Amino acid sequence: MKLKKVVELLDANILNDCYSQDTEVLSACGCDLMSDVLAFVKDQALLLTGLVNPQVVRTAEMMDMKAIVFVRGKTPGEEIIELANEAGIAVLSTEHPLYHSCGVLYSEGLYK
Amino acid sequence: MNSFKVQYTIDGEDFSVAGEASRKLKKVLQSLGVDPQIIRKATVAMYEGEINMVIHADGGVIDAEITPEKIHLFLRDKGPGIPDIALAMTEGFSTASDNVRELGFGAGMGLPNMEKYTDYMNIITEIGVGTTIEMIVNTSLS
Repeated sequence: MKLKKVVELLDANILNDCYSQDTEVLSACGCDLMSDVLAFVKDQALLLTGLVNPQVVRTAEMMDMKAIVFVRGKTPGEEIIELANEAGIAVLSTEHPLYHSCGVLYSEGLYK
Repeated sequence: MNSFKVQYTIDGEDFSVAGEASRKLKKVLQSLGVDPQIIRKATVAMYEGEINMVIHADGGVIDAEITPEKIHLFLRDKGPGIPDIALAMTEGFSTASDNVRELGFGAGMGLPNMEKYTDYMNIITEIGVGTTIEMIVNTSLS
């Protein structure tokens, strides 16, 4: 699924310059526990989380994830955006809660 | 590629910078042209270890040696030690504080993940003295 479609489906805001509408995500992980994310082995993944701290970006970077969606209207601070910029990870935010966001993406074809 | 050694000092005071050493190792491995999947295994294992050092042991030192055959990691801390390694290796078991859990860690997946992503892991621990964890990730895809 293209990131452009993720943005449309989640009514998401784009929070940094690493976003490219043609970036392809092949899988997604919805989770607030970063150790569970680190146990998740998928390529070109999207992380959806309600957790907002620098470890979210570091976790996504270690897992070579393409983008992070902060759910429930959470807005990361400058430090987090800067870390994501350094890592080349797109940062999005949506007002939708985690369960809803995952459900929408799953129903639209992001099954893995 | 000849042997390449690097050492990182882990600050135990500030959880917000935990993971910086793992990010730096990732960049080193990328610059050495290591396969991305191997890099992911090694850096995730080190990241979990680094987080543990900050959460449980007030920091420590990580030595990494990269050879054409393997990535060799030594994580040394002067923390409280691990009373029961088998229990600590159980998925879901954790002694982390609620504060750490609120930050997204302390789910009891750290040591299991470290073992999962490495080809060899050995833990040497002594109560009240500290813990040394040795991990090897083979870089040869064969």
